[in-house]
Amino acid sequence: MLGLNRKDSGLFLLVICLTALAPFLLNPFPEGSELAQFNAGYPDLMQRFMIFGIFAIGFNILFGLTGYLSFGHAAFLGVGSYAGVWMMKLLTVNVVPAIIMSVIVAGLFSLVVGFISLRRSGIYFSILTLAFAQMSFALAYSVLTPITNGETGLQLSLNDPRILGISQTVDGSIPAANFFGIEMRDSLELAMGGWLFTFNAGYYLAAIVMLISFYIAIRIFRSPFGMMLRAVKSNQQRMSYTGLNTRPYALTAFVISGMYAGLAGGLMVAMDPLAGAERMYWTASGEVVLMTILGGAGTLLGPIIGASAIKYFENIFSKINDTVLHGWFSFMPDGLQDFVVAIIHPFIGKGWHLTLGLMFMLVVIFLPGGLMEGINRLRIWFGKRINGRQQAPDHAPATSS
Amino acid sequence: MSILEVNNVNKNFGGLKALNNVNLQVEAGTVHAIIGPNGAGKSTLLNCFVGRLEPDTGSVTFDGESLLGIKPFQINQLGVSRVFQTPEIFGALTLIENVMIPAFAKRDGAFHMEPWRSVGSEAGLHEQAMEMLSDVGLDAKADELAGQLSRGDKRRLELAMCLVQDPKLLLLDEPTAGMSRGDTNNTIDLMKRIAQRGVTMVVIEHDMHVVFSLAEKISVLAQGTVIVEDVPEKIKGDPRVQDAYLGGAHL
Amino acid sequence: MDAIILQILNGLDKGSAYALIALGLTLIFGTLGVVNFAHGALFMIGAFCAVTLNRLLSLSHEVVDETRTDFLGNPLRVDVPYVYEWFGPDVGATIIDWSVPLAILFAIPIMVLIGLAMERGLIKHFYKRPHADQILVTFGLAIVLQEIIKAFYGANPIPTPAPEAFVGSFDFGALIGFDPQTIMYPYWRLVYFSFAILIIGAVFAFLRYTTFGMVVRAGMADRETVGLLGINIDRRFTIMFAIAACVAGLAGVMYTPILSPNYNMGMNFLVLSFVVVVVGGMGSLPGAVAAGFLLGILESFASRAEVIDIIPGINQVIIYLVAIIVLLTRPRGLLGRKGVMEE
Repeated sequence: MLGLNRKDSGLFLLVICLTALAPFLLNPFPEGSELAQFNAGYPDLMQRFMIFGIFAIGFNILFGLTGYLSFGHAAFLGVGSYAGVWMMKLLTVNVVPAIIMSVIVAGLFSLVVGFISLRRSGIYFSILTLAFAQMSFALAYSVLTPITNGETGLQLSLNDPRILGISQTVDGSIPAANFFGIEMRDSLELAMGGWLFTFNAGYYLAAIVMLISFYIAIRIFRSPFGMMLRAVKSNQQRMSYTGLNTRPYALTAFVISGMYAGLAGGLMVAMDPLAGAERMYWTASGEVVLMTILGGAGTLLGPIIGASAIKYFENIFSKINDTVLHGWFSFMPDGLQDFVVAIIHPFIGKGWHLTLGLMFMLVVIFLPGGLMEGINRLRIWFGKRINGRQQAPDHAPATSS
Repeated sequence: MSILEVNNVNKNFGGLKALNNVNLQVEAGTVHAIIGPNGAGKSTLLNCFVGRLEPDTGSVTFDGESLLGIKPFQINQLGVSRVFQTPEIFGALTLIENVMIPAFAKRDGAFHMEPWRSVGSEAGLHEQAMEMLSDVGLDAKADELAGQLSRGDKRRLELAMCLVQDPKLLLLDEPTAGMSRGDTNNTIDLMKRIAQRGVTMVVIEHDMHVVFSLAEKISVLAQGTVIVEDVPEKIKGDPRVQDAYLGGAHL
Repeated sequence: MDAIILQILNGLDKGSAYALIALGLTLIFGTLGVVNFAHGALFMIGAFCAVTLNRLLSLSHEVVDETRTDFLGNPLRVDVPYVYEWFGPDVGATIIDWSVPLAILFAIPIMVLIGLAMERGLIKHFYKRPHADQILVTFGLAIVLQEIIKAFYGANPIPTPAPEAFVGSFDFGALIGFDPQTIMYPYWRLVYFSFAILIIGAVFAFLRYTTFGMVVRAGMADRETVGLLGINIDRRFTIMFAIAACVAGLAGVMYTPILSPNYNMGMNFLVLSFVVVVVGGMGSLPGAVAAGFLLGILESFASRAEVIDIIPGINQVIIYLVAIIVLLTRPRGLLGRKGVMEE
């Protein structure tokens, strides 16, 4: 299908189905029930799954394939966001030009940063990208305030020209971001029994963009070009003695991942027309590193899984508080209940970063291949148990799925 | 006709004269061995051919083009492939990928980007790589990761990676170092087959058995200078060679 | 002229902190070959040692003060720190006042223990793993450490004052012949700078003049050979890690009066210290110290109003700009050795 082999087609179809049915799948618990707080099927969160999925897929093309660890990719996302908001201020609130502009601007910026940073490798490369990102962040807060609107962040206003659209609607408000008339915040709600499903226009736009990005990533992974990128990671010396110029390969991967980051930034703006400098802070760059590693660097599906897992836990864990915990453990005697709640307390609510840090450490220590490696190990383990001695575990390279 | 010409090459490291007015002509289609005691400058000389080191003075020309001042990948694109003393392979990739990469480099050049084409659609190239793997006896392991191979297998893989490019000049740095007798003999056979195809080879080697079964011409390097260059039969009895190896203690 | 001296002085205290953290970072890198992203967290933990000691010393209990009464005529109930009762009110008050310097003694065993635990429990297993893995696992550890601190101490900065005697500034200008009141320098910053010089001197002397230090330096240059000599280099490296942790911790302890500690102060310093290490040259101890002071002073100069007028925003980016220029023109940093981290 679409030039993919059978295995990849299956994978792609699976991802298509999962994203299309996400509003159902992520809302397994009936409204108002005890477990409803674990539902993730609301538009805001689902959009973030897609957007950060794109960000991580792109980052993985750089880090997973070439091994260059960038600690500054949030800068491209931030620059993309600013470019997107400016398009919506100057041109139209249709999200298409905004998204395209985000990708172009982020691509150009990453070309400059990548061209300079890739002159060095290893830790020096990481520090260079970090330095560029921190510089962008500092400048966005200070000198570039006319463009970025400093601490307040850049947003739409009633006085924007919007030469292809309207400055304000008839009733005097800022027009809503839309895709040729379909407003991003439009939702269709479907009540079935105790369940409530929300189908949001913004989510489906983000999902389609994510699927296209994912498809492109598969094609890159399976192309000779992708093979060269893995060769960059494996042995640059052998590559150059084999007649290959490593620099342009790494730079292309860098720019592609920068454009993916810009795309994610543009989509963020499309969902919520606002851009702030904190999106460029180095912890934001660290977050995409976490997502990619957690899911499994160098795998196709890993970054999406990692991004979704982190965004899910960020939302759900930070919502759980002591009252909720007491509710869960109400079956225990009082003393024990307090004890258990006291133990779990630091890991939930505001402390969810602690859980994230621990989870991340455990993955790096025990599962260097991320959650995807865990899934594969489980599959092999179950396969052995079910099939007995039918077949040897496939030692396919980490890029197999 | 000589395909590789080295004229008056000098290289200093600090105060040490590693290469002192080295002159060398390698005839096309021959196997040319460079021997000499440790520290004679053999590897330094080889490094000057592939762009890893830049000589202080002198010239290195290959097929009429200068090899100085250009990058390793450009030298390879001219038709020079190199096997390293410690095998340099893509450890994280499978054997077949290891051999396909140089084939792509040969066909598509130093940088080529067509992300919409898939590796799976490159049947011709895949077949060529498989043939090369079976030539060196590694076809059964085509889908294994190269990093897991034994040292001897890695060396054969590296040879296959060079051969798939059909090089005009093949540089080998101690191709049998650390090999067992049996493996060494297999490698000699393999290299003889390569030589029969007309590939020019420059071999650095310590093992005289290998040198004398392969080389058509031998240059002896000592203290950075070529002291003798001749056919194997004459080298064997040359007192200057014994001198260089044994430091003056005549046998 | 006086302005220049003032900027240099202002850069010294921040430069001292950069130098101390960078010293530990580069020591760990040079000896263990590990890139430690959790080093900033050690600086932060040091600062919180000072906070903790201050709180411990101020522990009080309520007593009834018979000599004073409230407006209803009842005896007043007041909080009295235990140290007042143990050592008398005067000595007790002095002890609390001097809690930050005293925290040095308190922090040393804690930092050594944390350092040992970190190296033995985690870092040890990452010697053979790629640098990217080391960066990632220590990055995770840094998050965990700072979240633990946040859980105990909250997210807000906790002011921790210097001893009364060091509050205020002295007239440095008058001392060296300028007009009075032109170059004022806070006492504590002078203390911090002197303290940093002392620590740096001690580390250098330790490495230079003890057999232990000699072995460590030999190990930095060629680990395998030293190992072949039958010297247990690993144990010495573990101790070096503890020393590096201790240096970072002490840098944090003494920094508390300059910057009220909060849980993420370590990360901010870490990023800058990494830049310092890279500018100085990965694995070079003098490089780390020199670059630390250099960048601290540069930052201070770039913050001058005259400079900002010419190049807006330069104060925000100067360090990164210098890092980029140094990395591109001198890949090994200012004083780096050949062959370190050149993969």
